[in-house]
Amino acid sequence: MAKQILLNNIEVPGLAGFEVYRRLGGYSAVEKALKNFTPDQVTEEVKKSGLKGRGGAGFPAGMKWGFIDKKNETRYFVCNYDESEPGTFKDRFLGQMNPHLLIEGMILGSYALGARSSYIYIRGELFYVLKILEKAIDEAYLNGFLGENIKGSGYSLDLYVHPGAGAYICGEETALLESLEGKRGNPRIKPPFPAIVGLYGCPTVVNNVETIAALPWIMNNGGEAYAAIGIGNSKGTKLISACGHINKPGVYEIELGLPVEEFIYSDEYCGGIRNGNKLKAVVAGGSSVPILPAHLILKTAKGEPRLMSYESLAEGGFETGTMLGSGGFIVMDDTTCIVKNLLTFSRFYHHESCGQCSPCREGTGWIEKILTRIENGQGTMKDIDLLVNIARHVEGNTICPLGDAAAWPVASAIRHFREEFEEHVKLQRCPLSK
Amino acid sequence: MEDKNNITAFNTGTLALVNRIIKRYPQGRQKSALLPVLHIAQSENNGWLSSEIMDYVATLLDIQPIEVYEVASFYSMFNLQPVGNCVIEVCQTGPCWLKGAEEIIAHYEARLGIKVGETTADGRFTLKTVECLAACGNAPVLQVGTEYHEHLTLQKAGQLLDKWQAENKISHTNPYL
Repeated sequence: MAKQILLNNIEVPGLAGFEVYRRLGGYSAVEKALKNFTPDQVTEEVKKSGLKGRGGAGFPAGMKWGFIDKKNETRYFVCNYDESEPGTFKDRFLGQMNPHLLIEGMILGSYALGARSSYIYIRGELFYVLKILEKAIDEAYLNGFLGENIKGSGYSLDLYVHPGAGAYICGEETALLESLEGKRGNPRIKPPFPAIVGLYGCPTVVNNVETIAALPWIMNNGGEAYAAIGIGNSKGTKLISACGHINKPGVYEIELGLPVEEFIYSDEYCGGIRNGNKLKAVVAGGSSVPILPAHLILKTAKGEPRLMSYESLAEGGFETGTMLGSGGFIVMDDTTCIVKNLLTFSRFYHHESCGQCSPCREGTGWIEKILTRIENGQGTMKDIDLLVNIARHVEGNTICPLGDAAAWPVASAIRHFREEFEEHVKLQRCPLSK
Repeated sequence: MEDKNNITAFNTGTLALVNRIIKRYPQGRQKSALLPVLHIAQSENNGWLSSEIMDYVATLLDIQPIEVYEVASFYSMFNLQPVGNCVIEVCQTGPCWLKGAEEIIAHYEARLGIKVGETTADGRFTLKTVECLAACGNAPVLQVGTEYHEHLTLQKAGQLLDKWQAENKISHTNPYL
C-alpha cells in the first residue's frame, strides 16, 4: 500500500464530521502550530517540505508564501476549489470526504500568512460540497478552532465558502480574485502578483485544495519528513484522478516516483485497460498538457521507464514528454479517435476563454471550427498545418495561461498522431466513427 | 412556454440569508456577494435572471445594474432567458465523451423531442450540454440543479427522466437551503 497522507482514513465512516476527524488526530496540527510555532516557523516547515502547488502549475508553496508582503496589516489566504480542468476530480472527492482536513489546512496557512478572514472559492456546480464545507466550518467554530482567540492563542480567524458560477478561467488565481470581488473572471496582468496586490488590493496567497490539505501532515511530522517522501524534486504524495478507458477509474494517492506502467496496469491503481484493449494514448496531467502515445508515456525517448513525477513526465520536453499538471490522468484505448478527443478539448477551451485577449478569444474558436471540419470529413491537408500555426500564435501571447492550455493539446496531438489527422482528410470521414 | 410569475423582490427569509452572506465580506466590499446572491435570485425566479430581478440585486448590493448584467452574462450557470422547470445538463467534455456522453445526449433529445439548448413545449424540460463537471472518474455524468448523476448508462439516463417526469421535477431550488 502506498504512503497515505491525504487519503488516510478516507474510508472511515463519519470522517466528514468533527468528532470522527478529531478522534483520529484531527486539528492536532493547528494546536501544535498555535502553541509552539511562530507564523514564520510554519512557513519555514512548508519551505522545507518541498511541497509544490498541486493545482497544476507546480510552483513551490513555501516560496509562494514567502513572497507575501507582510508590511500590509490586512492579508488574505484563499483556497482555489475551482476544480475544472478536464480529467481532474481529486479536489471534489477530497473536500466532500474529508472537509475538516481542508479546514485545518486553511487555519494553518492563514496563521502562517497572518490572514484574519479566509475564503474557499468553490466552483458553483459543486454547491453540494459547499454545503458539506459550511457544515464542517460551523463545527470548527463550535469547537473553538475558528473564530475569536482560537484555543487561547490570541489568533482569530473567520473562514467562508464562496461559490463561483461556471467559469473554468476562475481557476486562474487572479481571475479567481476578480470573481471573489464580484466581477467577471478576467485574469489580471501580472506583476503585481497576488502576494503583493491580491484580494481587495491586499497581499494574498491562493493555493489549491490538495496543497492546503497537505499542510496538517507537514505540521505534524515536519517538513523534512515530507521531503523524504517522493523522488528528486517531486516531494511527497500526489492525488491522481484517473479516468477514461481503464478498469478502475478513481482518485489515487501515489508516492511521487511511481512508474507510470505500474500505475496504469497494477490492480492497486487503474487495473489495466478496459476489455483487454490496447493502450493508445494518455493525457497525464489534465486536458491542457501534451498528449503522449503509449510508447512515450510508458518509457521516455531514451528508453527509461517513465515515472509519475514532475521531472520524469517532463523528460524530453514537449517533443517527447509532457507534464504532471493537476494529476488528471486521462487514458485512451485503441478505439479512440484522437481528432475527436482533441475537438472536445478545443470546444472546451473555446467555451471557457474569457475573451480578454484576441489570440485566445479568436484562436480557440478557429481551432474548434477547423477540427470540426476535419472530424466531419471536410478538412484539407492544409488545415492540419493551419492548426499548428494557430496554436503557435495563441501560445505565449495571452495574459493568462489559458492560451497555452488551449494550444498545447493541439500541437501535441498533431506532433504524435499526424497520420490520424491525414487519414481523416484522405478518407473524408472519421476512420474510427461507427 | 407558459407564463410564469417571476419575482421582483425576495421574501424576508431570503433577505435574511442574503444579509448573512453580505456580512462575510469586508465593509464596502458587498459587491463580493454578487455571485452567491445571483444564484439565490435565479433559483427563486424560476431558474433564470430577468432584468427586473438583476436590477433588484443591484439595489440590494448598492451597485449599478450594469455591474450585475456584465457578471450574469459572463458565468455559464446563469440563464438570461427563461428555462424549463427541470434543466438537464449533460457533460460533453473529453472524459465524458470517451465514456459515451453523446449517446446520453442523443437519448434525451429523442425522448424529449428537442435539441440541445431547447425547452420542451410544455415548459417542463430544458436540455443543455455543459463543460467538465469535475466528475470524470464516474463518466458520463449530468447535473440537475445541485444534484450530480454519475456512471450513466442509457438505461439509467432513461430511468432518471421517467422519475423526473413522474415527480414534476423542479431543478431550480435555493442551493443554500
